[in-house]
Amino acid sequence: MLNSETAYDVLVVGGGNAGLCAAITAREAGARVLLVEHAPQSMRGGNSRHTRNLRAMHATPTAVLTEAYAEQEYWDDLQRVTGGQTDEGLARTAIQASAQVAPWMEARGVRFQPSLKGTLNLSRTNAFFLGGGKALVNAYYRTAERLGVQVLYDTQVTALTLRNGAVHEAVMISQGFPAVVRARAVVASAGGFQANIGWLKQYWGEAAENFRIRGTPYAQGGVLKSLLEQGVASVGDPTQCHAVAIDARAPKFDGGIVTRLDCVPFSIVVDRDGQRFYDEGEDAWPKRYAIWGRLVAQRPGQIAYSIIDAKSERLFMPSVFPAIRAGSIGELATRLGLDAAVLEQTVRRFNAAVRPGHFDSQQLDGCATEGLHPSKSHWARAIDTPPFLAYPLCPGITFTYLGVKVNARAQVVLEDGRPVANLFASGEIMAGNILGKGYLAGFGMTIGTVFGRIAGTEAAAHARG
Amino acid sequence: MHEAETRATARRAMEICNACRYCEGYCAVFPAMELRRTFTDGDLDYLANLCHDCRGCYYSCQYAPPHEFGVNLPRTFAELRQVTWVEHAWPRAGARLFARNGLVVALAAALGVALVLLLTMALQPADVLFGVHRAPGAFYVVIPMAAMVAVAGVTFGFALLAMLATVVRFWRATGSGGLPRGRPLLRALGDVLTLRNLGGGGQGCNDVDEGFSQTRRWLHHCLFYGFGLCFASTTVAAGYEHLLGLRAPYPFWSWPVVLGTLGGLGMVIGTIGLFALKLAGDAAPRAPRLLGADVALLALLGMTAATGLVLLALRATGAMGVLLAVHLGFVLALFLAMPYSRFMHGAFRAAALLRNAMEHEPTDAR
Ligand SMILES: Cc1cc2nc3c(=O)[nH]c(=O)nc-3n(C[C@H](O)[C@H](O)[C@H](O)COP(=O)(O)OP(=O)(O)OC[C@H]3O[C@@H](n4cnc5c(N)ncnc54)[C@H](O)[C@@H]3O)c2cc1C
Ligand code: SF4
Ligand code: SF4
Repeated sequence: MLNSETAYDVLVVGGGNAGLCAAITAREAGARVLLVEHAPQSMRGGNSRHTRNLRAMHATPTAVLTEAYAEQEYWDDLQRVTGGQTDEGLARTAIQASAQVAPWMEARGVRFQPSLKGTLNLSRTNAFFLGGGKALVNAYYRTAERLGVQVLYDTQVTALTLRNGAVHEAVMISQGFPAVVRARAVVASAGGFQANIGWLKQYWGEAAENFRIRGTPYAQGGVLKSLLEQGVASVGDPTQCHAVAIDARAPKFDGGIVTRLDCVPFSIVVDRDGQRFYDEGEDAWPKRYAIWGRLVAQRPGQIAYSIIDAKSERLFMPSVFPAIRAGSIGELATRLGLDAAVLEQTVRRFNAAVRPGHFDSQQLDGCATEGLHPSKSHWARAIDTPPFLAYPLCPGITFTYLGVKVNARAQVVLEDGRPVANLFASGEIMAGNILGKGYLAGFGMTIGTVFGRIAGTEAAAHARG
Repeated sequence: MHEAETRATARRAMEICNACRYCEGYCAVFPAMELRRTFTDGDLDYLANLCHDCRGCYYSCQYAPPHEFGVNLPRTFAELRQVTWVEHAWPRAGARLFARNGLVVALAAALGVALVLLLTMALQPADVLFGVHRAPGAFYVVIPMAAMVAVAGVTFGFALLAMLATVVRFWRATGSGGLPRGRPLLRALGDVLTLRNLGGGGQGCNDVDEGFSQTRRWLHHCLFYGFGLCFASTTVAAGYEHLLGLRAPYPFWSWPVVLGTLGGLGMVIGTIGLFALKLAGDAAPRAPRLLGADVALLALLGMTAATGLVLLALRATGAMGVLLAVHLGFVLALFLAMPYSRFMHGAFRAAALLRNAMEHEPTDAR
């Protein structure tokens, strides 16, 4: 329970990867640290509990990464996905520091998987956590508690009150009761606002009701909102979020990685009206993964159906919900609640437009349609071999881009350019400084780890200095 | 009904895991799962027995309760293992009995056998039964050697036969029965002897909570190798008796006694330690339905070892006769219970590890 008499040096808001790294670092520097986490213990760890890897620069092969991944290549990758919407100084800080994070993490209980052969060939750029993000979060909580960080679950910060350019107090509801905490320094690591459907509706309208939130329901953005209302400078487009197409049968929250569907490039995707609306074979799936959430969000009812035939059933990772099957396209349409005649016509037109070619699921194979709008540029094969299979798609929101602006010390900056003396930020809540748009797999955890450590160091120094 | 439900739960869990795969570094279950897209009953039975119940995947699962998917592999697999032991047991009725009421049955069996032996001995005059016997052949003064060998031979022979029949049925049910060759056999043997998969990918298992430790692995080694030493002791003693004509009891610094003492101590430490871990541990990843069977086996093993050690300590006193009867009672009850008790987990797991080693053996290059 919270004892309001206790004097804390550092208050960390949010117990995901970024908050835990900050809390551990500050505690190791000698600070008295309180970490508050909105979720109950069983669901602690925010979106971090759903992650699987982090992107790390390295000059030579390591125990967990193959070959080399140099700073320049890392930077080029970031430039490509963000289209230049990145703060180069902060980005380079994250990239350079990523070379040292693995040993730091291992020393605090995180374990990595030896580089993988099969499933995802990211082991050159990304180090995989043994057991995934929840194992990582568990390890950090154990380490934090062993070091003497006080952890409070079921505690939601509702406001960080600024006074005279500094955080005066944190207002919270702790285990059902209102409370106020004062600390010499505060680290905000409360993630984005993607689970706040009301907030999403401001930009997406009623469509947001049909979104699934891939991660934690506790990403309500309360801390972010409180800070922006008090004149903290924002970064990132508030209307934008990272949205992928996931299985529409996914739970509203916390569906995580298993609701992912990799069948799109081998399929045709139709909307509720039975019509195709985008080139399914535009590029290799990892590169196109993230545009389909938005595409589906723009269709009526925010729903679409990815349809394949028996030939393609085994070409992609198994998914968690079984495909909807039928012996004919008409029957499949009925199962999906679509107009059978329309879907039959869509498939017939597609099949007629497919040009002969050498199909190869492993690369851009040039098997394309001709004279069809929209066209399909690769992996176009007639859908003609029963059973026919369908997966319903809906938008799955990973995170939002809106965040607070920070300087190189991870210090939160006001709209007039002055820093808030005792307020630092790490993780998703400030990732928009570096990832203005787009996404680089594994970069979220890198940003959280690197800036969590910087924020922890700076907060402890401020509190004790 | 219950079997079908257990398999349905396991199948659902495997389908979730196969779309996730975050745990693939923990143990052999996940790489084996990844070889499949769908899971037959046989696949599930095999995977359940391949699971060593280290619990690593429970604590790291983002879909563990209270998540609505409620994935709890160690518990689901433990329940399914129990189903497979009963379903494949030969004869089945014996397995049902133990599955339902393991501890009571085991203890009753032990005491029953001891009682029978005591009754046999009652045929002896009291001064023989309670007298002090130290000369070679002393044990056989109280229980005639022919009776001892006959009873032990029949029970042990039956146990071996039943276990063999059971494992063969399991092997057939879980896949095609190609004959194992050298390399997979060696690999499986190594897996059995080192409990490699109980390592959670090297960090140990979650013995009591989300922290990792090697305690359970070491305790299991104590029990396993202790049992092995006791078995060796008995075998050497039989050799002394029948080949060399040396008659028991043997002096303290003789092979049978040294092996038996070390083995007995190992078993006692192992059983008590494993029992303590059960009491201390988090109940969530456990199958409560199995607790009885677990405890029954631990109790039988522990009592067998403990009565043996007591017999050794007091063999030169008047208590020897009764202690011998009780010890033999436990030994024989252990034999009788073996094919139907949790003891079979070893045999099933060894078979699963062998299948696993064969699956991963690269097929001959053409
Ligand atoms: C399904 C999925 C898979 C992903 N996979 C990867 C991956 O493999 N690699 C990668 O790098 N990134 C991945 N990401 C992105 C990654 O999850 C984030 O970049 C990262 O977790 C952000 O860490 P964080 O600590 O800032 O936020 P979070 O981990 O979300 O932590 C924020 C914490 O703050 C708490 N909180 C929120 N509001 C309050 C409040 N008002 N008061 C108190 N506490 C509060 C929340 O409960 C939560 O625990 C994935 C995301 C999803 C959804
Ligand atoms: S146990 Fe959970 S985390 Fe591990 S592979 Fe299965 S679903 Fe994924
Ligand atoms: S051995 Fe451990 S990690 Fe593997 S399935 Fe069993 S409990 Fe999970």
